[in-house]
Amino acid sequence: MPDGSIPPQDRPNAPKLSLHIPEPAGRPGDAPDFSALPLSPAGAAPRPAVEAAARDTHGLAYDLIRVLDETGQAVGPWNPRLDPDHLRRGLQAMILTRAFDDRMHRAHRQGKTSFYMKCTGEEAIAIAQAMVLTREDMTFPTYRQQGILIARGYPLATMMNQIYSNASDPILGRQLPIMYSSKEFGFFTISGNLGTQYPQAVGWAMASAYKGDDRIAAAYIGDGATAEGDFHNALTFAAVYRAPVILNIVNNQWAISTFSGMAGGGLTTFAAKGIAYGLPTLRVDGNDFLAVTAATQWAEQRARSNLGATVIEFVSYRAAQHSTSDDPSRYRPADEFDNFPLGDPIARLRQHLTGLGEWDDERQAAAEAEAVEQVRAAGREAEAVGTLGQSRPSVKTMFEDVYAGDDWRIREQRQEVGV
Amino acid sequence: MPSLNMIQALNSGIDTAMSADPNVLSFGQDTGYFGGVFRVTDGLQRKHGLTRSFDAPIAEGGIVATAIGMAVYGLRPCVEIQFADYIYPGYDQLVSEAAKIRYRSGGEFTTPITVRTPYGGGIFGGQTHSQSPESLFTHIAGLKTVVPSNPYDAKGMLLAAIADDDPVLFFEPKRIYNGPFDGWHDRPVKPWAGHELAEVPEGSYTVPLGQARTMREGSDLTVLAYGTMVWVSLAAAEEAGVDAEVIDLRSLVPLDIDAIVASVKKTGRCVVVHEAPRTSGYGAELSALVQERCFHHLEAPIQRVTGWDTPYPHAFEWEYFPGPKRVAEAMRRAMEG
Ligand SMILES: Cc1ncc(C[n+]2csc(CCOP(=O)(O)OP(=O)(O)O)c2C)c(N)n1
Ligand SMILES: [Mg+2]
Repeated sequence: MPDGSIPPQDRPNAPKLSLHIPEPAGRPGDAPDFSALPLSPAGAAPRPAVEAAARDTHGLAYDLIRVLDETGQAVGPWNPRLDPDHLRRGLQAMILTRAFDDRMHRAHRQGKTSFYMKCTGEEAIAIAQAMVLTREDMTFPTYRQQGILIARGYPLATMMNQIYSNASDPILGRQLPIMYSSKEFGFFTISGNLGTQYPQAVGWAMASAYKGDDRIAAAYIGDGATAEGDFHNALTFAAVYRAPVILNIVNNQWAISTFSGMAGGGLTTFAAKGIAYGLPTLRVDGNDFLAVTAATQWAEQRARSNLGATVIEFVSYRAAQHSTSDDPSRYRPADEFDNFPLGDPIARLRQHLTGLGEWDDERQAAAEAEAVEQVRAAGREAEAVGTLGQSRPSVKTMFEDVYAGDDWRIREQRQEVGV
Repeated sequence: MPSLNMIQALNSGIDTAMSADPNVLSFGQDTGYFGGVFRVTDGLQRKHGLTRSFDAPIAEGGIVATAIGMAVYGLRPCVEIQFADYIYPGYDQLVSEAAKIRYRSGGEFTTPITVRTPYGGGIFGGQTHSQSPESLFTHIAGLKTVVPSNPYDAKGMLLAAIADDDPVLFFEPKRIYNGPFDGWHDRPVKPWAGHELAEVPEGSYTVPLGQARTMREGSDLTVLAYGTMVWVSLAAAEEAGVDAEVIDLRSLVPLDIDAIVASVKKTGRCVVVHEAPRTSGYGAELSALVQERCFHHLEAPIQRVTGWDTPYPHAFEWEYFPGPKRVAEAMRRAMEG
């Protein structure tokens, strides 16, 4: 060509370009298909020393750290060797979380609130982590880590008060239901905007390091939201400043109707995204309470030893609808969860404890009944205050906390409302 | 002519544009197979194929940026930001790039993108599903910002937006997707069916951007409103017993200044209504324009009815939302002033 470029007929990509749009393995009516999900047998993934160089963990981004095998036995180097009491408390917290979710989902259907989101199938992640970290550490959760509060014994009635925006709602009816906040329980105020809190957790951890403190942060993000720029900001800053933070990615396969492949999940693993930033990376069976605990302990010890951040992908499955506004039967095979190769975290921990002789069907039934009763009692307490619209904080609180101080505009506007 | 709600009208608008022009395509979070969380893009993937209506990663910055790139190539992407409350990661791309590419390249490169996004309150959506951020865009030279208030305009304006050679922010008042909600939240909800503005022609037509619509003629005062607030203002006029001239601006930039000035000169009184917080809201611009151009005709101070200068609170939906009572009070004040 006169300009020196290669003539079209000689270009190597002679076939016409076409735009690629990824699609999930199955849609409604199709058989569930998880063949593209990389799995490893329980016990197979090596456990590097907590002091290992980041690059010596990068193989684990493509592995799957699992402790519980098909028969429910704990195997391999990641076995955290937890005492049965710890395991039972974890199981009970998971059962309680599920009972709470069921009840509040029903409360929405009964018109008692405007919105609800369940974490069914993902309980192990929040709960096992909450039991490794302390309340002095700060978690930066998404809307699917209610298990943190429940594992720490946060009052269920207070959660319900928030869900009902009633007069006892600790955040004064300002937030959408389930967007809890509790400094005392190490639970940062949830944002409805995805991804925003991920780099904030890094900043919190940098502050802890700056002050010579010993507290660490834990951040959560969904598979879908890893596409946001904030995810990448978090990894850059965490790596550069060696921030004491655990960067959790909860890969529950779906982001509303969009499969994880739309966030690049089919091309690599989410854990592997940490490799390019030079961060240590673990990919973990998120439905295996023991594996979640072990990986969290590894990252926690590393962070507390001033060795910086770890990226952990938890592979799980969003068993329920995205939220009460959603209907998954319109976009995914109905029986995907039943066929999910990593199963149900509650069933798996139950099987493990039973195998140890530390649990049985009777205790399971009792724990389930006890959870339902706890939730019911909390429900009575919260409903005595009132459900959405029956009771609410005083209207003048709408005008408070916009700033620390007074602002004439807000004062005048409050007067206009007459409160 | 079929009676459509706003969702169906918007769907028909995108469908019509895609059918007429292979350079038009639609993408956004959950907008492909599923058809969008509000169903606006329902069926488009089935009809026009995977590469013309597809899902996007959860990255508003990426959605706007790739739309810009496509537009620079010569396509006319119509993208959805799931809620206006989530548009901010795309703000840099809109403000620093889409708005300025024509100017900085001496007209050589252009960005004919349409960014559709549901906005506004009244749905108990809390602070992240209720915001009205239009004035963050009207402030930016190079962007157009429009807000339809009914199915007929929704389709006609969307077709005009997609055909427009400049970037257009297309704010969809989600509270009136299914019916002309007038702010009386304790009364039964009316659907669009049977409404004359729900008569939506099949095929192509446009409602030019920059033309206001007089929804009600009147002689006592002029109401300037857009989106859901048009219907609230009509109800408020009834409540106040005022012969209000209610103007649906439809397009904030470009603005139909002639319609505004003619009406205010006629009535001598003006009430400005929007859902967004008051400070630096679009009402401030409207008040300034009316004051600058109609000062000698004004018989009373201009009244502004707006959301408060607070985040949008979940529990106080109806204290925050500027309902017909508040608008009616402002009308009475305007009549007394
Ligand atoms: C910035 C932003 N964009 C879009 C949304 C709307 N939205 C809420 S949840 C969601 C899907 C999130 O999926 P994922 O990150 O995988 O988390 P999961 O819901 O699966 O836990 C979307 C798109 C939002 N809340 N914030
Ligand atoms: Mg997800």
